[in-house]
Amino acid sequence: MPTDKRTERAVLLSVSILRQGNYLIASIYAALDDDELGRFQRELIRQVSEFRSRGVIIDVAALDVMDSFGSRSLRNLAYMARLLGAVTVIVGIQPDVAFAMVQLGMDLGKVHTALGLEEGLVRLDELTGAGRLSPASRPK
Amino acid sequence: MEPSEDDGPQSTSGQKGEAPTGHEQLLPELVAHLRDNRTQLRQEWANRITDASLLSSMAPHEIFSEATSVYDNYVEVLETGSVEALQHYAQNLSERIIPQGVETHEVVGIVLLLRDVLARSLFEKYHKDFSLLNRILDAYEPAANRIANTVSVSFVQERERVIRQQQDAIRELSTPVLQVRERLLILPIIGVLDTQRARQLTEQLLSGIRAHRAKVVVVDITGVPDVDVSVANHLVQTVDASRLMGAGVIITGLSSEIAQTLVRIGVDLSKMNTVGDLQGGIEEAERLLGFTVRRAVDANRQED
Repeated sequence: MPTDKRTERAVLLSVSILRQGNYLIASIYAALDDDELGRFQRELIRQVSEFRSRGVIIDVAALDVMDSFGSRSLRNLAYMARLLGAVTVIVGIQPDVAFAMVQLGMDLGKVHTALGLEEGLVRLDELTGAGRLSPASRPK
Repeated sequence: MEPSEDDGPQSTSGQKGEAPTGHEQLLPELVAHLRDNRTQLRQEWANRITDASLLSSMAPHEIFSEATSVYDNYVEVLETGSVEALQHYAQNLSERIIPQGVETHEVVGIVLLLRDVLARSLFEKYHKDFSLLNRILDAYEPAANRIANTVSVSFVQERERVIRQQQDAIRELSTPVLQVRERLLILPIIGVLDTQRARQLTEQLLSGIRAHRAKVVVVDITGVPDVDVSVANHLVQTVDASRLMGAGVIITGLSSEIAQTLVRIGVDLSKMNTVGDLQGGIEEAERLLGFTVRRAVDANRQED
């Protein structure tokens, strides 16, 4: 099944990057150290470029902490993907994490966020104009 | 305060190094004197309370009956040296008088007045024998101070307990997160928004967003009396945190005064989606979610 293709180059055990049509879905399963974040960033951008993806979802639901380096990396990732023509939606930020990030003044900038994977996919459809999953009730 | 004070009047008098047998008899003598003159002293005390216009929120007969109980307790403490019963009574008294709006200074005031009234009567009785008066006061003063202390502390403790209880109640009640439509939550904020409350409110909202899978939240601040820099910053934080959870926030209920204040103090609310009133906010949220609401009458007419 091509949508479930996991590349050999994603050597990271705590991350998976799945291709779903024009979208890439990256899930982070455990806290990444700075080095792993760097590798994850390179790998994801490489795949965006290779598959000419239109959208990227980064699922961080498994993370119960997010430090400033992590949030900056995610933000940079989104900006890099943007330069390659892909919209990024970060999904699954836990309430505690969201609150801590705000308290500590961390910011994801203009990066899009959504509650969960499903909402993230809907959001990507809206943003890219794909309309694949768009509900009939969508405005305009 | 003397360290011996906690050991009760007996040991205090013993410590002075004077004939202990004489001192041990002094307290019973003192107590007997106060019992004998109970009616007169109590009346005098009640008069002094009225003169000082303390306990103004209580009726005269209430003051008199409380004064009687306090007086009897007072004498009992002098006699036994144990403040436990008094503590209990003081707590009970506080529970009764706090709802009537009795202030701390009044409670401390009346206990000090009683101490003065009793001391005066002792002066009067023993003024001929100065050394006896001295010894009597040695026995009386520590006990009297302890009583004043106990009553005041009990009162303040009770008050603090009531305040804490009320704070908890307000906190519980004041931050409902309500779902009005699928994926649309309303958070009406009523009352002062301090740091602790803002934090709690944000936490509730975030868990509400997850529980209801909300996409839009309308935060109504009509009931917030004052919006200053810190309140505005709390709101910005709440909005940012909700956005991280993928929910958009619409702030409603900003009055024209608040709008002017915010612009004058230079709070940047440009990131925030604001609508004048709750109705407008809900309409905007419905638009964002793709709902169209129309009157059944109008809808029927269109179909016809």
